[in-house]
Amino acid sequence: MTNRILVLIAALGLLAACETASKDSGDAAGTAASSSSSTSASASSADSSSSAAQTPAEELASIGDAVFFDYDSSALSDDAKATLSAQAAFLAANPSITITVEGHCDERGTREYNLALGERRASSARDYLVAQGVNAARIKTISYGKERPSFIGSNPYAYSKNRRAVSIIK
Amino acid sequence: MMMPTPLRLMKTAQMAVMAVLAVLATLMPMPMTGGGVAFAQTEKITITEGSIEPTPIGIADFTDETGKPGVLGRQVAEIIANDLNGSGMFRSEDSAYLIPPPSDPSIKPDFSEWAPLGVKALLVGSATENSNGMIQIVFILWDVVTEREIIAGEGEVSEVGLRRISHQIADLVFESWTGDSGYFDTRIVFVEESGPADKRVKRLAIMDQDGHNPTYLTNGSSLVLTPRFSPLVQEIAYLDYFNDEPSVYLMNVSTGRSELLGSFPGMTFAPRFSFDGKKLIMSLAQNGLTDIYEMDLATQQQRQLTNSPSIDTSPSYSPDGDKIVFNSDRGGSQQIYVMDSNGRNVRRISFGKGRYATPVWSPRGDIIAFTKMHKGEFFIGVMNTDGTGERLLARGFLVEAPTWAPNGRVLMYFKQNPTNEDGSGGESYLYRIDITGFNERRMITPSFASDPAWSPTLP
Repeated sequence: MTNRILVLIAALGLLAACETASKDSGDAAGTAASSSSSTSASASSADSSSSAAQTPAEELASIGDAVFFDYDSSALSDDAKATLSAQAAFLAANPSITITVEGHCDERGTREYNLALGERRASSARDYLVAQGVNAARIKTISYGKERPSFIGSNPYAYSKNRRAVSIIK
Repeated sequence: MMMPTPLRLMKTAQMAVMAVLAVLATLMPMPMTGGGVAFAQTEKITITEGSIEPTPIGIADFTDETGKPGVLGRQVAEIIANDLNGSGMFRSEDSAYLIPPPSDPSIKPDFSEWAPLGVKALLVGSATENSNGMIQIVFILWDVVTEREIIAGEGEVSEVGLRRISHQIADLVFESWTGDSGYFDTRIVFVEESGPADKRVKRLAIMDQDGHNPTYLTNGSSLVLTPRFSPLVQEIAYLDYFNDEPSVYLMNVSTGRSELLGSFPGMTFAPRFSFDGKKLIMSLAQNGLTDIYEMDLATQQQRQLTNSPSIDTSPSYSPDGDKIVFNSDRGGSQQIYVMDSNGRNVRRISFGKGRYATPVWSPRGDIIAFTKMHKGEFFIGVMNTDGTGERLLARGFLVEAPTWAPNGRVLMYFKQNPTNEDGSGGESYLYRIDITGFNERRMITPSFASDPAWSPTLP
């Protein structure tokens, strides 16, 4: 519970910052988004009793388990590529781990098109991981379209957070 | 599960019907205003708001064994009145109940009592219990002006069947008066929504078109989306995330059993039946590409219809099966395209401002309904099959997923409200509207609802 509240406060802070700082730059939104991911990760690890040993899931979260996209795009930004490269290194160091890459969209599209777009985003992230040497057999993809937003709210910041591909350890 | 219609017509005064139809043809001009043209030139959004002068109708409470309005008879009259009023084509006269109906439908009403109410049509009938415990229904629709009988019928139902036979009578009244086929004896399958926005639980549900008798078809254990009726009614195609493998499933509505449709190497979604019920088209997404596939439901044989590096989805057959309209971003943004049913002769038909999605061919064949996104707003509209004559009918923060009533006169879709940061909002509801842009109405559903699909006329 405390966890959730901490994350929420962090998110609200970022939201305010984002709204005032920049409105139109997709890259800015992506950067804010990545830093928020690590904020939530550190919030959760701060709460856990054994701070020394991270679980693989926690490690992946601290590396950055999500990459973010511009509106109606599956192109990887430099930030996204950096995050995915770190994920590839993590997967190289943990050869027994397999992941699912979930593709997601914001709510400003139609359901079926967004299912296809989410699949395109997941594939885009998967292809980059494979290009970094990860065995394709270790990566499954799934699209949720606009069905599973990670940020609640009908505003540009929430949309920028929801246009994402998230790597999840299976 | 669905009983065949228990209703039979006793006789029809064909001449009277024809006369009424002739009058009505002049009463119902469709405002095919140049909304699309005005829009393209000035970027002004024009929502076509049609207006139809509804026919005032008296609907008498059906009489019971005593010759007086009875409990069952009142129920029948209410169901019929709700259907007809909901169509926007009729307005039932509230004060009709003040006039005692004839003690038996076979007795000609005293029209001098009804005419002052201004009603043009009068429906009278009886609902009496017979010795088998069944309910005997008799009805007659009168033309108040000519004092002639327009249509009459009778039927026998158990109490469970009372709502259905009432819808069937409403269909007959609608058809004999307007000349269009009715759509009241139909059902809606939809996605019932509950829970917070990030963990929304979605279940398939089915209900009568007036919102009664809602029943759940799935239990919410897996995410389900976009149900579509087979034109033969017994089956629904839908997307199910069962075992985290999103795929198109077919459900038998009577038994509730579902089966995976085909075996594809990726996510299948956006299913839609051909009008003869023999084929199904859908999308397959794989390695970042989404193409359209067709499956023969008898042989399970599948065929790839599009092969492009783009997203090709939301396919919908023309009623004759010769063409397919679909959504594609092959030109850079989401637009509507039409192709031959073998995948050839692809051509874009949407050229207005904004992005176009979810095209659905009218069962009449003449127009295509769609969702449009422009400047942060969503719209439901219709256009001719060559893309001309665009008319926008409804707008909102998010409106999506038009589905046609089987008579091609009414569209249903859903509207969703914006969601607030605290998780409130985000409610979605089903709406329907006449294709003239007239009479937008919210449907009553047990909770939030989306992705409606209208059944064909029930057998």
